Amino acid sequence: MTNGYHIVVCGSVVPDPLQTLEPVAGPTGPALKNEMMLPAVLDPWAAHALYEAANLATKVVGSKLWLVSVGPKAKLQQVMMTIAQRVSFELVPVDASASGFADSHSTAALLAEAIQSIPGLDRTRLLVFGGWESASRGAGTTMQLVGERLDILDQFQGVDQLNPQPDGSFEVLERIEGGRHQVSACSGPPLLLGWATGNLPEPRNNPQVGMANMRSVMPALQRAKSVPLPVGGLHFLSASPPKQRRQTRVVKDLSSEQIAQEIAEWIGK
Amino acid sequence: MSAVPPVSAAEQPTIERQQMAVDIACVGFGPAMGGFLTTLSRSLLNPDGTVRLESATSPGMPLQVVCYERGDGLGFGVSGAVTRARGIRSSFPDVDLTQIPMAAQVNKERLVYLLDPWRATRRSFAFKAADRALRSLGFLFGVKHEAFELPYTPPFMRKHDGLVLSLGQFNQWVSDQVAASGLVQIWPGMPVAEPLILGNTVTGVRLADQGTDLQGRPEAGFTPGMDLHAALTVIGDGPVGTVGRKIDAHANIGMPPGHESREWALGMKMVVELREDSGLEAGTVLHTIGFPEPEIFGFFYVHPDRLASVGIFVPSWFGSPVRTAYRYLQHFMLHPYLWRYLQGGTLKSWGAKSLQESGRHGEPFLAGNGYARIGEGSGSTNVLAGSGVDEAWTTGVQLAEAVIELAESRRAFTREGLEATYVRRRRESWVDAESKVAANARNGFQQGVITGIIGMSLAGLTGGRFAPALRPASRRFPSLQEAYGSRISAPELKQIEEECAIQGTSLHDRIMDRCGWPQIPLDGKLLISHQDALLMGGGVQAPSGFANHVIFRRPELCRECATKLCVEMCSGQAITHGEQGVPAFDREKCVYCGACLWNCRADGDVAQGNVEFNAGAGGLHSALN
Repeated sequence: MTNGYHIVVCGSVVPDPLQTLEPVAGPTGPALKNEMMLPAVLDPWAAHALYEAANLATKVVGSKLWLVSVGPKAKLQQVMMTIAQRVSFELVPVDASASGFADSHSTAALLAEAIQSIPGLDRTRLLVFGGWESASRGAGTTMQLVGERLDILDQFQGVDQLNPQPDGSFEVLERIEGGRHQVSACSGPPLLLGWATGNLPEPRNNPQVGMANMRSVMPALQRAKSVPLPVGGLHFLSASPPKQRRQTRVVKDLSSEQIAQEIAEWIGK
Repeated sequence: MSAVPPVSAAEQPTIERQQMAVDIACVGFGPAMGGFLTTLSRSLLNPDGTVRLESATSPGMPLQVVCYERGDGLGFGVSGAVTRARGIRSSFPDVDLTQIPMAAQVNKERLVYLLDPWRATRRSFAFKAADRALRSLGFLFGVKHEAFELPYTPPFMRKHDGLVLSLGQFNQWVSDQVAASGLVQIWPGMPVAEPLILGNTVTGVRLADQGTDLQGRPEAGFTPGMDLHAALTVIGDGPVGTVGRKIDAHANIGMPPGHESREWALGMKMVVELREDSGLEAGTVLHTIGFPEPEIFGFFYVHPDRLASVGIFVPSWFGSPVRTAYRYLQHFMLHPYLWRYLQGGTLKSWGAKSLQESGRHGEPFLAGNGYARIGEGSGSTNVLAGSGVDEAWTTGVQLAEAVIELAESRRAFTREGLEATYVRRRRESWVDAESKVAANARNGFQQGVITGIIGMSLAGLTGGRFAPALRPASRRFPSLQEAYGSRISAPELKQIEEECAIQGTSLHDRIMDRCGWPQIPLDGKLLISHQDALLMGGGVQAPSGFANHVIFRRPELCRECATKLCVEMCSGQAITHGEQGVPAFDREKCVYCGACLWNCRADGDVAQGNVEFNAGAGGLHSALN
């Protein structure tokens, strides 16, 4: 049995996907138009990782949870006002761009460096969590690179469940094709998990958690140093948000089967 | 759906709630709270970092101040504001406020009379005559694009030395400054359910329960709302905020005798990215009258980066039960005078909010034992100048200065103490002096638009010495027959009404089509369906785990109601015709504008009709508003 885990969650901020995101050509490559005006959220993949981490930390006495987050300081502060109400953590902020156009290697280097700088981090108890496809434009590369830089050999991607075993080992469920899971066994920390959605609902707001978190979050943000996030020699030929085609129809009294049928027909057109 | 009655208090099991004590609990984050927290946070510490105002709940620490906002973000407020920013500027004397995203110095201001290009509006004889005269003599008056630019903007309306702002971006900027101090905590996405009142003293607030079904019944993960106890509760949750209205309804601490808040307006707007050659400069401000109905005033404010806020105000005294603002807003934008600028533009954002327009007559007790009211919900909006943001900000600053004075002298936040400090400051300020001038400025609108405009002009030009004295009577809305009987026969109106009820749609489109309004030429970019505006312009969200916040208190009253103004006025089409005559509410479409509150015809057993409008999470998700 363990004395508790040291869980580090890599969770960066991204522009709220509900806003209109418009790529523009900036002096150093692609950027988002009016990026600083856009509200930010914790990357949804990483948010699931954070909630799973908090749940595990609550269950295993003696565990400690850090959130390593990359983004402009002002945006990090905005996001903390929301998530710091939900789970207890210690923030390790990295003040850098969160436009989504950085190279995975550069992002992974920043994250790994921030993790290595955490005082008292015990590698024999270390679990590194993150979003499966985070900070990589869906490529799923960044967390793998973080693991490589930290010399963590046991890596799992697309994780939906982590089951600690009495002997200190883990059972890990990774998503595979066909809606099924691959079940793996792992002897113990250090371990890196790129989370899919997990199984936990979003935690409720807890004002006492928020009050306690903010006592450490705000000083950490005030100390955060601004660092460059190089694009790593990438050249973007073009950038565009996913195409949307919207057609709205208000219907009443249709069964879910009828609605599904109609949507399938619409997609088929 | 809200047809299922909520769980009554008697059915609720006794719930054990977490308790927390702070020094100051704040409800709602808008301009007023921004002014309060900005001013207070600068005074909590001495320049050397030692505590200046010590906490009673955490000795040795500065005052513990926490603010809860029901919206999911602090930048999701709605208002394309033009403000003289006198109070705001005095809070930031060394800051160039035009550096706030979407802010611009006002550099051109026009008052424009819009003619009716389609002859479809409900114009009175006087307005029709004005249109005819302007069309006939247009070459003399410079009438172009079906509009007449008045050569003169009355001084009481002018914002020539002010700022065009996006309230969302302004709130975000202010909250960033305040939160960065680390001295004040602001928590969005956390609705406050009600004030905690003991006798005539407000002792704090109760946060909303989480983990419930739509009827408020506990589900998995149920978390009872915490009781937050505070020596001072600051209420700045706006005109439809739950806490403010619950205090308003309280016998001894709510409204002073003779005060009422019967005058409202719904403001609905879009933020549009203008085409590159629109020719409009940032800082351009247009105020309009005359169209899309004589009673509906409009605005057009130009921000930097080719963005513009375009919107209308639909007032409570608008004599039509068919008053969905969305289609009126589209017709407003299509008016030839405005469309020449808007054509080719793209919708970036959309939103709506209720404005409390009773001004001084709707002012509650500003302070009492353990509480103080600031901002729009405290009656600070100047209804003559059409200005509320700067006034709200200034009331927040005044309260903060009062709190500092009381805390430094170690006096309690009692009614006497707050009246001697906060209320005194407010009474001695320009906010109060100008609200006296404005007090009766809008009374004339109860008799019609022309008398209203005359009344406003009289009040504005005589410093409030002359203005119509008659206040609006209790809420009364005309029936469909009264409003449209002269244009549509009674049997046809009846038929339209029945068909709309069966189809679950509002009457608005059918009636406007029938009265000759043209169809909206949807283009998928700027002219889009109402539901698409929710998705594309507002990103409306409704987080799970909270009870429905709109409840029809007594279903039998809804069944008896023929007009169902709540359906007609709903900004997001969240309220529709429901089963057995009781409206249905879909919280996933609610933008929290609160129009259902003041558009309920039913003579319920409370002042605001039959709609209970509670604390709810979610709503708009656009930061450009």
